Amino acid sequence: MERLVWLIALMPLIGFALLLVGGRRLGEPRAGLLATTATAASFVASVLVFIGLLGLEGDERSVTFTLFSWVPAGDLSVDVSFLADPLSITMALFITGVSTLIHLYSLGYMHGDENFSKFFIYLNLFVFSMLILVLSDNLLLTFLGWEGVGVCSYLLISFWFGDEANASAGKKAFVTNRVGDFGFMVAIFLTFGAFGTLNYNDIFADTSVVTSTTASAIVLLLILGAAGKSAQLPLYVWLPDAMAGPTPVSALIHAATMVTAGVYLLVRVNPLLAVADGWVLDILAWIGLATALIAATAAIAQRDIKKVLAYSTISQLGFMFVAVGVGSYTAAIFHMITHAFFKALLFLGSGSVIHAMDNEQNMSRYGGLAKFLPVTAVTFGIGWLAIAGVPPFSGFWSKDEILAGAWNNNKLLWALLLFAAMLTAFYMSRAVFMTFFGEKRWGAGAGNSSENMTETDEHSAADVEISSADDVEVADTANIGAAKTVSTAPHESPPTMLMPLVVLALLATVAGVLNLPFVKSTHFLEKWLEPSLYHNEAQLGFAGGTKWVLAAVAIVASFAGIWIAVQFYLKKVAPTRLVELDIFARAWRYDETITKVAGGPGRRAFDKIALFDRRGVDGVVNGVGSLVQTGGHWLRQFQTGKVRSYALGIALGAVILLAYFIARASF
Amino acid sequence: MNSSVIFAEAGASFPVLSLLVILPLVGAAALLLIPSSRSEMLRPVALLFTVAVAAAAGWLVAVFETSGGSEAGFQFVSRHEWISSLGTSWHLGVDGISLFLVALTGLLFPLTIIALDPGSDQKSYYVWLLVLEAGCLGAFLALDLLLFFMFFEIVLVPMYFLIGKWGHSNARYAAVKFFLYTMLGSSIMLVGIVSLVFLHSSATGGAVTFDLVEIATSQSLATTTARWLFLSFALAFAVKVPLFPFHTWLPDAHTEAPTAGSVILAGVLLKLGTYGFLRFGLYLFPEATSYFAPLFLTLGVVGILYGAVVAAMQKDLKRLVAYSSVAHLGFIILGAFALNIQSLEGSVLQMVNHGLSTGALFFLVGFIYERRHTRQIAELGGLQRSVPLLAGVFMVVMLSSIGLPGLNGFVGEFLILLGTFEANRWWAVVATVGVILAAVYLLWAYQRVFHGPTVGENVKIVDLRWREWVAVAPLVALIVFLGVYPRPALDRIEPAVERLVEHVEMNDGTEASP
Repeated sequence: MERLVWLIALMPLIGFALLLVGGRRLGEPRAGLLATTATAASFVASVLVFIGLLGLEGDERSVTFTLFSWVPAGDLSVDVSFLADPLSITMALFITGVSTLIHLYSLGYMHGDENFSKFFIYLNLFVFSMLILVLSDNLLLTFLGWEGVGVCSYLLISFWFGDEANASAGKKAFVTNRVGDFGFMVAIFLTFGAFGTLNYNDIFADTSVVTSTTASAIVLLLILGAAGKSAQLPLYVWLPDAMAGPTPVSALIHAATMVTAGVYLLVRVNPLLAVADGWVLDILAWIGLATALIAATAAIAQRDIKKVLAYSTISQLGFMFVAVGVGSYTAAIFHMITHAFFKALLFLGSGSVIHAMDNEQNMSRYGGLAKFLPVTAVTFGIGWLAIAGVPPFSGFWSKDEILAGAWNNNKLLWALLLFAAMLTAFYMSRAVFMTFFGEKRWGAGAGNSSENMTETDEHSAADVEISSADDVEVADTANIGAAKTVSTAPHESPPTMLMPLVVLALLATVAGVLNLPFVKSTHFLEKWLEPSLYHNEAQLGFAGGTKWVLAAVAIVASFAGIWIAVQFYLKKVAPTRLVELDIFARAWRYDETITKVAGGPGRRAFDKIALFDRRGVDGVVNGVGSLVQTGGHWLRQFQTGKVRSYALGIALGAVILLAYFIARASF
Repeated sequence: MNSSVIFAEAGASFPVLSLLVILPLVGAAALLLIPSSRSEMLRPVALLFTVAVAAAAGWLVAVFETSGGSEAGFQFVSRHEWISSLGTSWHLGVDGISLFLVALTGLLFPLTIIALDPGSDQKSYYVWLLVLEAGCLGAFLALDLLLFFMFFEIVLVPMYFLIGKWGHSNARYAAVKFFLYTMLGSSIMLVGIVSLVFLHSSATGGAVTFDLVEIATSQSLATTTARWLFLSFALAFAVKVPLFPFHTWLPDAHTEAPTAGSVILAGVLLKLGTYGFLRFGLYLFPEATSYFAPLFLTLGVVGILYGAVVAAMQKDLKRLVAYSSVAHLGFIILGAFALNIQSLEGSVLQMVNHGLSTGALFFLVGFIYERRHTRQIAELGGLQRSVPLLAGVFMVVMLSSIGLPGLNGFVGEFLILLGTFEANRWWAVVATVGVILAAVYLLWAYQRVFHGPTVGENVKIVDLRWREWVAVAPLVALIVFLGVYPRPALDRIEPAVERLVEHVEMNDGTEASP
């Protein structure tokens, strides 16, 4: 059954092709149902391949299936070929599973959109590309999937293209990712130069053929690529803006699947990481940590619920980067899976809230929604506990593994990461309290301007000031300024939207069982992934007792974060501006600085070059032209027409040159 | 398998290449005979002849043998005495380097006739178009230096008239600039050709001959002489490509040319320059090519970055696409001078890819112009709402131009960069930055033209008509096909490229030269 691996990718491709031809005719909801069916079929195929692999011995769980030769040129030979191994099938399982749920949710969320079928065309194309990315057996085909998901992300972020802000956000995502792709591409060239092949199995078969310097260079370049796709420093800036896309897109692409591709890639090439110098992995871990901290602090001060979740995603991906950097590959994949569940859940939950609140995304205008949206509130609450690291919810287990790996590697890394974990518990609690608890700040009852309201207005005024160039910020501000009032009471979403929430809430609760720490025999994921990791997984160098202590400390940190949020947002013992610092709201001014440089000196430099082309290069050409023309006028005394004078000049020159060459030839 | 071999043998006796060159000329003559009272016949007749050429070119691709050919790797060779006293002959042949350029030429001409109307003076428009096609095909197929030069020059005349007569407001300036600039380059090449031929005959003591294969295989020139002669050829090709800093005629010519002119100019004519570098630069002067390779690699990289930056700043959509050509042709030059199998294979493939995607882009820009009568990006906007089909096609073509894997542009660009990386890794790294810049200028342009609110005259314009659809559909199909399954193309290109690389390696100065 493991040889059915090609079916996994084929299903969404068929869905895409059918919808491309007849999507508009199928219309709503059949186009969406077709897309959902295709993704579900892909999930079934993944399960079948999974069962097939389970039937094999551990070492044999790596099956290649070649379809055709893609780019054969000289000694380069790249096939369209799939690799079914524990790592790729793990990815395929959660990608297709979560995708199916989000497709289902989209049936309700995109109801009535004029481009309903087009949305599902893009969605199926995305799933196809994502599966190519993880199932490919070589770097180049992975790159194809990598670029494919990038394009789908671009198309879906700017899905509502009538608004300039959405269009700009899509473009920004694509261009920023291209910077990362530059790294990926050069890494491919370097790999081919060093190994003479791009095939994973052939590369990993003997990594001793490269020096550690070459391996380090390849890994560093791949880290640049991964930093683009997985929204890490220095390239994370596109992800907060990407929230301009429809919410299911944010859940699927910008939380659960595509953004994990960078982490997947680094785990996939773990034999190369093993050959690279140690400092390269340290850089990886510290990039992850810095991103986790910066994004977590930024999440504290966001008003837009989707922006909170976006920064939270960046921060959580930082955790996964740390895990890869310290060699805890299983922990990285474990957290990737649990994160896919709880973050998709949180995004879909936020979508349900936004849906109910007439597209209002500002949490300052939420409040007390638990009563009106009970299913959304409960499921969102489960997502909150999972991400905050409260046992026994899934996020606790996976985050704990990463923290243990960090402790094993570097105590300072651990301490700072623990602080980021505490911040996570804090900002997520803040979002939950502002949305579902407290008094309502919407509708007719919102007239008595609370402290929060005034703060929002100040905040939005600041927004306009800081970045008029940043279209997205402006749009958000406009959104806030519009002061929409919800006329009727918010209503719970339809069943197609609630069902995925419930399933994801269940998964977010129990996914910890994938890899429980108590005894060796419950490390299911670790044992399953072993063949793909070539014994490169870092072994923890401390006793079980330490692990219990670390877990206890992590639990304390989580509850501390929640407790602080309770003080600020429920009991209101202190004004929130003490924590919602301006520098946090502006995400340490990183993005605005880049925007300023690109729009200011960057653009002026481009303009200067264009001017140089017009005045300089073309100026010379026109100058020579008019010189010849003047010469022509002079020659006209001897000749009749202008054209003939040119011809004469050309002929004269030709004769002189010819004479020169023949003279040279004679000796 | 067997039947194709039989066909190939049959083809060897049938002068299909001569037919390819002569058929458009016959068509042009036929058009001249149509009386002005039957002007409605002009277009069908022109279409008939170009479709016949396209069919012959397609047949050529189908029966072309991947294993190589007889005379120096050329297939379907046709050789007849022409002006024997001058040592020049009607010598045509096709190999993996020219094969797809011939096919591309065969494809693009009928598409322009299907999709576009000349407006005024139909007869001379179609006559010039057919003469242009004959010139292009002749230049790609000629294996005789004088014959090549003749075709290389002939194409200037119809292009000059197409731009000058059916072009836009500033067409005369652009046409004259185009004509004189390229003429200047090629006149120096003529000197080079004549010198080469005489030097060759005096060095070998044989009769005067213009035969490409004969001169290239004997390699009789002194090193310094060969380098000078190479430069005389290189200048002509550099202007034609165009290579930075000889590129400024291109934006003017493109902007002012009618849509068909732009499509052919970008799709076919620019390839005469890059093709010239491969066929005449590398083949005739292998040592000089390696000697000057660093210079041309540098100019290629400069072109990639410079073209992209200048493209980003254009306010005119057509000028933007024109500058994107400068960047793309920089890649092709890079591949040509990195001098290894991957880079050259990528370079040849990218010539075809650029013809498909930039040809399609000029079609689409032309369609927009016909509807809105403006090329100013600022006056467009939100077109994805009013013309979703056109926008969708534009998106696919744009992504091909950006080099998205899965579409044709990536395969060529990747092979060029991979090969260049082996030859000169830092130039490859710098050139890869061009991949980022391509996304910048094209996505920005797309956003300004197709995204945003749809207002004013942009609201009520019509989407692709069926004629226009017929013109772009084959291009889009090939863009996808060559991206997913480039193997049939690469298999046909590879033997020729291998031979060329061997030829360069054998003669690149490691042996003692006279």
